[in-house]
Amino acid sequence: MALPLEGFRVLDLTVVWAGTFGTTLLADLGAEVIKVENVHVWQPMTRGGQARPSAEVVKAGAGWAVGYPNAEPGPRPWNYAPTFVQQFRNKHSMTVDLLSDEGREIFANLVSKSDALVENNASGTLEKLGIGPDFLREAREDIVVLRMPAYGSNGPYRFARALGVHLESVMGHTLLRGYPDLDPSYITSIFSGDYVAGAHAAFAIMSALRHRRRTGEGQFIELAQAECAGGMLAQAFMDYSMNGVVQERIGNRSLDGRAPYGLYPARSEGDGSDAGDRWISISVMDDDQWLGLREAMGDPEWARDPGLRNEAGRLERHDELDGHISEWTSSQDDYELMHLLQSHGVPAAPVLDSSRVHDDPHVQHRDLNEPLDLYDDVGTFRYNRPFLRYSETPLRIRKPPVALGEDNEYVYLDVLGYSNTEIEGLRERGHIGMDYDPEIP
Amino acid sequence: MTDQHGPLEGVTVLDLTEHIAGPYCTKLFADFGADVIKVEPPGGDPSRSVGPWYQGMPGVERSGTFFYFNTNKRSLVLDLEHDGAGTVIERLIQRADIVIESQPVGRLDSLGLGWERISSLRDDLPLVSISPFGLDSPYRDYRISDLVLYGFAGEMYSIGVQDREPVKMFGTASLVECGAAAATATMGALTAAELQGIGQQVDFAMADAQFNGVDRRHAATMGWEFAGRKSLRAPGPAAGMLSGVYPCADGYVEFSGAAIRIPRLNDMLGRPDWLQEEKWWRPGAGVIPELVEEFNAHFLPWALERTKREIWAEAREAKVLCGPLFSVDELFEDTHFSDRGFWATANHSELGDVQLPGRPLIMPASPWSLRRPPPLLGEHTDDVLSECGFEASEIEAMRRSELIG
Repeated sequence: MALPLEGFRVLDLTVVWAGTFGTTLLADLGAEVIKVENVHVWQPMTRGGQARPSAEVVKAGAGWAVGYPNAEPGPRPWNYAPTFVQQFRNKHSMTVDLLSDEGREIFANLVSKSDALVENNASGTLEKLGIGPDFLREAREDIVVLRMPAYGSNGPYRFARALGVHLESVMGHTLLRGYPDLDPSYITSIFSGDYVAGAHAAFAIMSALRHRRRTGEGQFIELAQAECAGGMLAQAFMDYSMNGVVQERIGNRSLDGRAPYGLYPARSEGDGSDAGDRWISISVMDDDQWLGLREAMGDPEWARDPGLRNEAGRLERHDELDGHISEWTSSQDDYELMHLLQSHGVPAAPVLDSSRVHDDPHVQHRDLNEPLDLYDDVGTFRYNRPFLRYSETPLRIRKPPVALGEDNEYVYLDVLGYSNTEIEGLRERGHIGMDYDPEIP
Repeated sequence: MTDQHGPLEGVTVLDLTEHIAGPYCTKLFADFGADVIKVEPPGGDPSRSVGPWYQGMPGVERSGTFFYFNTNKRSLVLDLEHDGAGTVIERLIQRADIVIESQPVGRLDSLGLGWERISSLRDDLPLVSISPFGLDSPYRDYRISDLVLYGFAGEMYSIGVQDREPVKMFGTASLVECGAAAATATMGALTAAELQGIGQQVDFAMADAQFNGVDRRHAATMGWEFAGRKSLRAPGPAAGMLSGVYPCADGYVEFSGAAIRIPRLNDMLGRPDWLQEEKWWRPGAGVIPELVEEFNAHFLPWALERTKREIWAEAREAKVLCGPLFSVDELFEDTHFSDRGFWATANHSELGDVQLPGRPLIMPASPWSLRRPPPLLGEHTDDVLSECGFEASEIEAMRRSELIG
């Protein structure tokens, strides 16, 4: 049996996370996803913050931003940026200089052999490159194209530059989250806008391909990432729409008035010194679970108060409950608390920092990671595997996260049909390569 | 003429999901044209019993949460614990193109309605099972909330500030992320069924979708794996040369690393004399604490003299990454989104016209459409059963025995 999307070819002009996650899902599902890249153009936040970060930069920043292999920039940092490399599995990469006429010709050839194209560049980028809708339709009449502008292709915000966090601010998310007792300047970034946009992108491409199978018709899909994020804020939107109520920040508490509901201090084995703190989340969703929590705690006297038997009573005294529960949790191991509470039917789990993920029994049991060597020899590391589980068409890592230009030979020779001599010429004219221009910092 | 029925026209979904994640997945199917038959227990999907309530009054048809997550679906009330449930489910299975469920792990199996039964009836029918930890995890019976899920499998640990607890996203955002990923998983299964006739079980674990998704956990685990470097919460509020949330005349604006492209920042601020000094233009200037402090002494008065809309307009013009912090009422009043047609209105038989967020994306040749409001509890029980070939007298008997409602 073939993978669900085997036989479909998708061109990937995505940057940063939102679009890139969408094409990762399509690649996991079996599509031949080809990243179209340019060794003369550095796309910020796509293969790293910088092409060639200095040793100082690599030394200084957060793990997720500049934690390069072995804490060194390495021979080709752009193939190992921790912020991005997990979204390169199962993809091909070819390079072509889209700033040249010849490059656009090559690209038209590639479009003609492809089913779909996904891009989430700043609005107007494809048009500036001369590869806008007319060009694409001319190259392939029934092409399915998905574009992911931040705020849409029309209206006053269409050219606004944005990452996910900015468009979520515009949609209201930032003022709906964070510590209710602190000034909004204490609200730090989240990245859910990228997630939902990417997942919708993959859904949309597959849906549009189904439409094409039934009608023969391609189309240009517009996914405005701000609008796509709306579903995450549904309850706040509905409260305003139905009641004119503007909801306020409630931190870690329950939207539905469940109580107690929050994070409580805990401990863990091993060295927590440079992370400092350990937390367990506990969510009591109903009165039965409250009884479960009481049992787990050994039914202390304060918890036997009849006023706490119903949710309304607990909600009213949430701060007081938090104090008691914190006292109980603070000396205990977070995983042991999880097992104890769950055995009493209470939703609870440690708040894992990134250093503990690989050791978790669930992560290990579900084989969520796989050790791999990538193109340059920088060592064997564990990378995320596809996370969708199909019983008959199992998804796996067919290709490790791809290096810049790693598949030039395959794409130019086998897909596009150029001869070896022609390819030599293309290489000389700067289309084909595996290194960004030396002057790019 | 375009096909106005959506790209999933002709697809029948048997929907046994509840609460948020599963219903968001099936909402996408319904909103893009599929016939989604939502099987609800007597009393209804638990999301019918949470607010926000229409005009503040609770009621089974008054939940704003249920309203949003169940547009375009049809509701059939069926007691899965009842002896007769198997007969009804069998008929529904015969008419379905895909089955999606989010029942507690093992519940359908123990009722004889699980994968074994489904695959014995139809070898070409996919079943998508959405669960917190998957079907075979050591935690498969463990329970979650949005908080527990996001704290454990998402990147919550590094969100917030260091001397406080980690802090989560709004409401059920992490569950909606999972629902969107589940819709992708379901489309994959449907494609394999339509093109290759493959029936199979999809074991969708919400924890896996968080651990291996794109909500920064992937990057934080990579940084640890590569370099042994943890990703921690920020030491305090907005730091660096314009990274974070800043006050302005009428609220707040958010920036990200604006000093990385100093010419653009210079444009945004109107090229003030002080910013022409060479020290600001050196790479890495944006993270030098003394410079940041000096910068803020210039920037904050500038910001406090301007509204968030004025600042954002300057930022857009100068191509600086920026977003104003809108409140929900400001968003509803914003003409960019209303003029684009983002908001939709559903006419509900008990509540009248209700405004709600509309299409998540625009698919011009096969558009999103609001064909029906969220269903009343059991509104389509009779219709669906009669489409399945049950006689009126049989339906009446089922209702008397409280099999259906």
